[in-house]
Amino acid sequence: MKILVIEDEPQLLSNVKESLEKEKFLVETASDYHEAIDKLFIYEYDCILLDIMLPNGNGLQILSQLKAEEKSENVIIISAKDSLDDKLKGLELGADDYLTKPFHLAELNARVKAVLRRQKLNGKNTLQIANATLDLRERTFIVNNQKISLNRKEFDILNYFSLNLNRLITKSALAEHVWGDHSDNADNFDFVYYQIKNLRKKLQSANADIEIESVYGIGYKLIKK
Amino acid sequence: MKLLNQSIKHLSISILAIVTIWAIVFYFNMLNEIKSSIDEGLENYKRLIIQNAQQDSTILTKTYFDESFFAIQQINKQKALSVKDDYSDTVLYMQDADDTEPEAEPVRMLTTAFELNGKYYQLKVANSMVEEDDLVKELLYDIIWLYLSLILGIIFINNFVLKKLWKPFYDFLSQLKKYHLGKTEDLPKTKTKTKEFNDLQNVVTNLLAHTSQIYEHQKQFIENASHELQTPLAIATNKLELLIENGKLQNNQAQTIAEVMGIIERLVRLNKSLLLLTKIENKQFLNNQDVLINTVVKKNSSNLEEIAAFKKVKISVLETANLSTKMDPSLANVIVSNLLRNAIFHNIPNGNVHIEITNDTLKISNTGNNLKLDKNSIFNRFYKPNNASKGTGLGLAIVKAISDTYGFRVSYSYIDTLHCFLIKFPAN
Repeated sequence: MKILVIEDEPQLLSNVKESLEKEKFLVETASDYHEAIDKLFIYEYDCILLDIMLPNGNGLQILSQLKAEEKSENVIIISAKDSLDDKLKGLELGADDYLTKPFHLAELNARVKAVLRRQKLNGKNTLQIANATLDLRERTFIVNNQKISLNRKEFDILNYFSLNLNRLITKSALAEHVWGDHSDNADNFDFVYYQIKNLRKKLQSANADIEIESVYGIGYKLIKK
Repeated sequence: MKLLNQSIKHLSISILAIVTIWAIVFYFNMLNEIKSSIDEGLENYKRLIIQNAQQDSTILTKTYFDESFFAIQQINKQKALSVKDDYSDTVLYMQDADDTEPEAEPVRMLTTAFELNGKYYQLKVANSMVEEDDLVKELLYDIIWLYLSLILGIIFINNFVLKKLWKPFYDFLSQLKKYHLGKTEDLPKTKTKTKEFNDLQNVVTNLLAHTSQIYEHQKQFIENASHELQTPLAIATNKLELLIENGKLQNNQAQTIAEVMGIIERLVRLNKSLLLLTKIENKQFLNNQDVLINTVVKKNSSNLEEIAAFKKVKISVLETANLSTKMDPSLANVIVSNLLRNAIFHNIPNGNVHIEITNDTLKISNTGNNLKLDKNSIFNRFYKPNNASKGTGLGLAIVKAISDTYGFRVSYSYIDTLHCFLIKFPAN
């Protein structure tokens, strides 16, 4: 899987590159408009991460060019602008998702994988990790052909973990992903802990071959046993 | 008061004054004119009587006014010589068709003296006068009619002429009312030949052009500031995330990193909240549409269901009506979500959150600590009653800013150990 990251801030670029490479993606980068255009029209990519504000041009221009050339890459806009206008314009021009800076690496990971998965699965929407299966359409969780009942939030959490297999998800990334942008309360962390505890119990009693591991008390990681 | 009505008010007051003064002057002038014309008649009458007296001496014996409106009395020479022609207003008893008995009627009377055959006589000639109170009455009626027709005439002229003259102005004004900075593209414009209106239009156009330029700059600045702040924050967060993932850290090092991450999180939230506030106050949310508050409440309460259950807080919703209002849907969500989260998080175990929706109010009340909050500063930015709260201190300020933008009235009260937030929506 090849991913092109178009971003003018070198430090952010290297963070994203490093994180995506951990997922075994082949990552290429472009740090201005011209470089991006050059790479886009020479090579094929599975997914493009696109910053809107770029030196020598604008990310939205790149999108319209892609559209004009009928290139059907998956595009995720990464922008510091949380502006509805840009969001709508971007999605209209064929972007698949819109992520606002600052973001957690786990969130970026999840978005990239979700986009790729949507493309690959062609409607069939299940995810297999070891002996566990997540059915995203039916929102069911099956271990060893046994349906495990999860509440809505537990399912969301497990899905988020499955998109970040073996990767750290911090508590705040988890809280933000599951409860939205405005969660600014310490109580959220207790609640995260409580949900994780329940989820672990359910995984254990179903004899699932996956488990949620604590990372220094900062966050969690889903691993295969 | 409308200009049209104001001009009518001023005109009617001044016309009333003018007509009144004119009526008084007219009345006295007319009275003088009548008197002098009667006086001329009396003078003529006097000559005729004296002429007739020379031929018919019986006239000289007519000492009382009866049918002929004059009286003659013999007087001595001395008195006669001192008499000058004197016209006076007096009354005589008369009876006319509409009187049942003789009554005093005003008359003009000429008192004079003449000499005939060496004898001196005093002559009084009278002529009936116009009755002054009748005259005043008649005049008053006429004046009222005149006044009313003048006013009606003015209203008529105002409505048809002035309305037409002012039409470009009202046109312009209604366009100006609909003008929304940063949203309306065309500047208000109206076609007129009136110089004043053209001047007004030019001034307003310049002002608006200047203001929207500043507005654009400000918007640009906010966006740039956001970009400049968000990117370093993103870099910092992501670097720490990678550090934790990669490094073989000792627990105390990891703890320190966790604390730094927490601080960065707070900065991120603070920055986001401040940006949201600025955007609201700049009225940059203009995707206004009909929003059903009931739906927003239900969505949010179901979203927070699990966390409420975890905090052992019971949420109940009472809907007595559908509450619909015109606003930006994402802001509707922010208002409800902020209030509801506050109600859940600042609660006590086994507490309650009660939401009540009527056709124009949304009330969210919750149990909590028994400390009444300061209702004057509670909506201020960075107000934190106890510093233990890890919130940004901007949640309620955002609620207030949104309410102000849309003309909602938001208030806090503490009744029967319940903290209660009430939003009153403008009636539809």
